[in-house]
Amino acid sequence: MNAYMPYILCLILFCIGIYAVLSKRNIIKIILGVVIAEYAVNLFLILVAYKTGGRAAIFSATENIPPQSMVDPLPHALVLTSIVIGLATTAFMIALAIRLYGKYGTFDITRMRELRG
Amino acid sequence: MISESIVPLFVAIPLAGAFLTALLKRVKGIPDTLGVMSSVFTFALSVFFILRMQAGRVFVLNVGNWGGFHEVLGRIVGIQMVVDGFTIFMLIIVNFVAFLVAVYSVNYMTRYTEKWQFHTLFLLMLAGMNGVLITGDMFNLFVFVEIASIASYALVAFGTEKRELEASFKYAVMGGVASLLILLGVIFLYSATGTLNMGDMRAILADSGQPALIYLVFGLLLTGFGLKAAMVPFHAWLPDAHPSAPAPISAMLSGVLIKALGVYAIARVFFTVFGFPHQVSIILLVLAAVSMGVGALVALRQWDMKRLLAYSSISQVGYIMLGLGIGTELGVLGALFHLFNHSMFKSLLFLDSGAVEYSTGTRDMKEMGGLARKMPVTSGSTLAGAMSLAGIPPFAGFWSKLIIIIAAVQAHHMKLAAWAALMSIVTIAYVLKVTRYAFLGEVRAAFANIREVPAFMRISLVVLALVCILGGLLLVPQVREGFLDPAVRVLIGTGGM
Repeated sequence: MNAYMPYILCLILFCIGIYAVLSKRNIIKIILGVVIAEYAVNLFLILVAYKTGGRAAIFSATENIPPQSMVDPLPHALVLTSIVIGLATTAFMIALAIRLYGKYGTFDITRMRELRG
Repeated sequence: MISESIVPLFVAIPLAGAFLTALLKRVKGIPDTLGVMSSVFTFALSVFFILRMQAGRVFVLNVGNWGGFHEVLGRIVGIQMVVDGFTIFMLIIVNFVAFLVAVYSVNYMTRYTEKWQFHTLFLLMLAGMNGVLITGDMFNLFVFVEIASIASYALVAFGTEKRELEASFKYAVMGGVASLLILLGVIFLYSATGTLNMGDMRAILADSGQPALIYLVFGLLLTGFGLKAAMVPFHAWLPDAHPSAPAPISAMLSGVLIKALGVYAIARVFFTVFGFPHQVSIILLVLAAVSMGVGALVALRQWDMKRLLAYSSISQVGYIMLGLGIGTELGVLGALFHLFNHSMFKSLLFLDSGAVEYSTGTRDMKEMGGLARKMPVTSGSTLAGAMSLAGIPPFAGFWSKLIIIIAAVQAHHMKLAAWAALMSIVTIAYVLKVTRYAFLGEVRAAFANIREVPAFMRISLVVLALVCILGGLLLVPQVREGFLDPAVRVLIGTGGM
């Protein structure tokens, strides 16, 4: 049970994010939903790499750590990239939100009805 | 050896072009020149590769030369870039359309301010798409998908009016969620196989049998890439986003972006990595049938010219998916040929709609009429594109649809074949609507003084129209041997990665 707990929490976090994207009317809350879901995915990426009692994947001259007891370092590199991409998306969406507020004077998505059909 | 080492130029040239454009924005004429030159270079590169390509040859580059680890660890470390038959087929299409779009926008984008921003984003999008095509690494694929996507979100919002911003926001949110699903799928795949290289993944998955986890991965990746390809039911963003962008970008989005990010990625992942499992085939066939129907029927009742074309894209991507879903050699041939044709005629039609908007200032077909007399080049090229889209022989679109329908019959999907034929009749109906209302009939008084579009725009239109008319020649055995067949062999056989 306990071993699965982080994964379940990760799933819950992801669902909260998707729920916010689908049900909220405020643009800022929708953006926050995307961000939360993104954090959940990044967290999951780190969890995949983790092993119980694992050490950081750094070889040193003084200590002899066998590679088997190290955590997988590759997902750590991947998650950095993923965070940067997430930052770009978030920054772009917030810039859009500011422009939309300038045009409509509101963050309410239901009042923006230029596009239909 | 030289061929391998220049593979990264497909990404590096547009990327360098984008940054140089941003740096030299004040110098007059530089953004246009760099935009056109970068796409000319990448197109020339893809032509170079197709000339060097012998039967079944694959160019593989280990980025950063991490190849030595292969012997120690037994798997590939670092990113691989792979150019095989399918990649080169897509590279030709993407860079050809990008080149013509860049030429077209020299004149067209004078409508907007800050032209350099357009060229920067355009080249970033091109870099992302080329990257998606040449990469052989799952996470790298995700990164390039994101580069192309973020650039395209910004380009959709380029006009910064209410409509554009709203469409872009919708696109960005749906695209962002799609990217998360793709990333999640990639993570699950990594945890199941311990590698990110597509070729290694294929070998490991084939050895170990398919773990139960794989069905979750199918779902995640199909949904993610399906959103990027705008298959029904994931299509909601496309009819808003594509018409809202400036016309050259609509042409890029509908013509090549949904194919590079959606169709290519689906084909690459499900054919090359998973070996095309039966369940995916069925899902693709169902989604394809629904997309064809919904796209065509909704297109029929549109009056905005670009919106009609956008719905038509959903329908035509359905045809491509149908061919891929059938999965026989003929089916895949038809799918790839239709992909080529759709890139050409849909880019052409969007550029034409841009030309009409450039001259008349409207996209509403109710307000148009009689433009054929005033704008002979635009209306002639629209006719060529429209006939190809409707599938009138001998235009290129006819042959690809015919091949897909024959493949469906051969694979005993009689109902799907009938459905595809029926929907191509609906296609004729909405195509006729465009030509009838926009170009035939009497000239409106308001448009008595409009003129044909400037020279650079005309060049692009004429070239694309010629490809639409002569595209059927790709099926001539000697030509097919060099262009379509290698791509089909990669997907059907084990030629790839």
